[in-house]
Amino acid sequence: MKVLVPVKRVIDYNVKARVKSDESGIDLANVKMSMNPFCEIAVEEAVRQKEKGVVTEVVAVSIGPAQAGETLRTALAVGADRAILVQTSEDLEPLAIAKVLKAIIALENPDVVIMGKQAIDGDNNATGQMLAALLDWPQATFASALELAPGKATVTREVDGGLQTLAVDLPAIVTADLRLNEPRYASLPNIMKAKKKELVIKELAELGVDTAPRLKVLKVAEPPKRGGGIKVETATDLVANLKTAGVL
Amino acid sequence: MAVLVIADHDNATLKDSTEKTVTAALKLSGDVDILVAGKGAKGVADAAAKITGVRKVLLAESDELGEGLAESLEALVVPLMNGYDAVLTPATSQGKNFSPRIAAKLDVAQISEIVDVVDASTFIRPIYAGNALETVQSSDAKKVITVRPTAFKAAADGGSAKVETIAPPAAPAKTHFVDQKLVKLERPELSGAKIVVSGGRAMGSAEEFQKVIEPLADKLGAAVGASRAAVDAGYAPNDYQVGQTGKVVAPELYIAIGISGAIQHLAGMKDSKVIVAINKDADAPIFQVADFGLVADYKAAVPDLMAALTAAGK
Repeated sequence: MKVLVPVKRVIDYNVKARVKSDESGIDLANVKMSMNPFCEIAVEEAVRQKEKGVVTEVVAVSIGPAQAGETLRTALAVGADRAILVQTSEDLEPLAIAKVLKAIIALENPDVVIMGKQAIDGDNNATGQMLAALLDWPQATFASALELAPGKATVTREVDGGLQTLAVDLPAIVTADLRLNEPRYASLPNIMKAKKKELVIKELAELGVDTAPRLKVLKVAEPPKRGGGIKVETATDLVANLKTAGVL
Repeated sequence: MAVLVIADHDNATLKDSTEKTVTAALKLSGDVDILVAGKGAKGVADAAAKITGVRKVLLAESDELGEGLAESLEALVVPLMNGYDAVLTPATSQGKNFSPRIAAKLDVAQISEIVDVVDASTFIRPIYAGNALETVQSSDAKKVITVRPTAFKAAADGGSAKVETIAPPAAPAKTHFVDQKLVKLERPELSGAKIVVSGGRAMGSAEEFQKVIEPLADKLGAAVGASRAAVDAGYAPNDYQVGQTGKVVAPELYIAIGISGAIQHLAGMKDSKVIVAINKDADAPIFQVADFGLVADYKAAVPDLMAALTAAGK
């Protein structure tokens, strides 16, 4: 069974995103970039499924600038077998990403796609579902447990107030939620080994996909700042203040 | 312009995120219909019909719609969109699950988790976990939008729209519902709670976390949250995590105990109405977003707070 794992390079989750002074976007210059945390969980899951013997090959794919190659090397160091970089300097919207992934899937024919439920930059939570719709594949989003068997995946999903279990026929799209697993750190020998693994670069234009943006970003602004708070001396003061604020 | 709102419900009751989404929809157009897709959900449709400003309610029922399968929602909504210019769905886990499928089938962008409507094609939405607000203008003929419910006031009751039953789609062939376990929560659900009490790494152990955070939460009728550091250390389960990679919450009152205030945690709670921080480190970043800060060791401060709440009749 072959798994495709799309991964995205984003601002490291521990770095505060800063708005550019001209409000045209987020300042990405000299900012630490890492693999999107939900993508890390997806890679980890694919590798664990391979370690269990269910999966035979894990292919990581990323769509982005040349530096997204580093993100793919991280996936290879964790245990992906090979990687594909679809190189572009454009910042693609989820619909365009889904179309590019569909084109890659036509070339790779995976049995299952495991991907993060959302990227922590755009926060859209849309690409996996869009990809499933474009392919007319079943989807199981926000997975907290995944059992793969020939032709079938049983997925436990995080829903409002509990868990739902779905059985989907393969091929299918599974998106990873936080509880699916805890990603490992790549060991130094594996990081070295990853440098020798295959990483194929394709230019976005080669794929012949319409990636024109549908949304025009007019402005990116800082959210309103919180007014300065006060320090209270005792728990009794605190309760009195909360009563005055009308929240108790 | 006609707008369709897809109701959020559990087949028995209509969730107030629906009324909030109607408020957003009415900013786009006066012609707002509601779709109730479920099973045995007539009561939900009747409740939706009472929302002021709603033109009519469409009710479609089947087993798969009742189970909330995304493939069924897509098959139901996409043909309906011939009669609508926009579809708005509350950005709950259910709405987030199916809405992008509808967008992709219509070959349009999804405008995710809007917090404000500028005009019928321009919207404001948070990115980077709310660290920035993006104003986007859509060039698509039809708009597919999810709405962050906490950003809008609920539309009032007082209407009397007609409920019209429509045919459900055929069952999806490749997705099968197995089961659903809804936790009978002793506490409110984290993402919808009015009060959240969260603990951080300062707790030092899972036992201490339970001993300190949970009784305070129960006294306040609050949900329990935790910082990523506390979750990573194993003091609290993963589904308690508040932050950029966990749950984003905006309760009336957020009480952070022994939480330093890492960026990734602040991203998940800084839209709360009132924030309280209890931390012994006066320089902890959490105090920069706190309305009320108490510089104290939680070991003394939490029992004091419990006593003060009791004294105040809580």
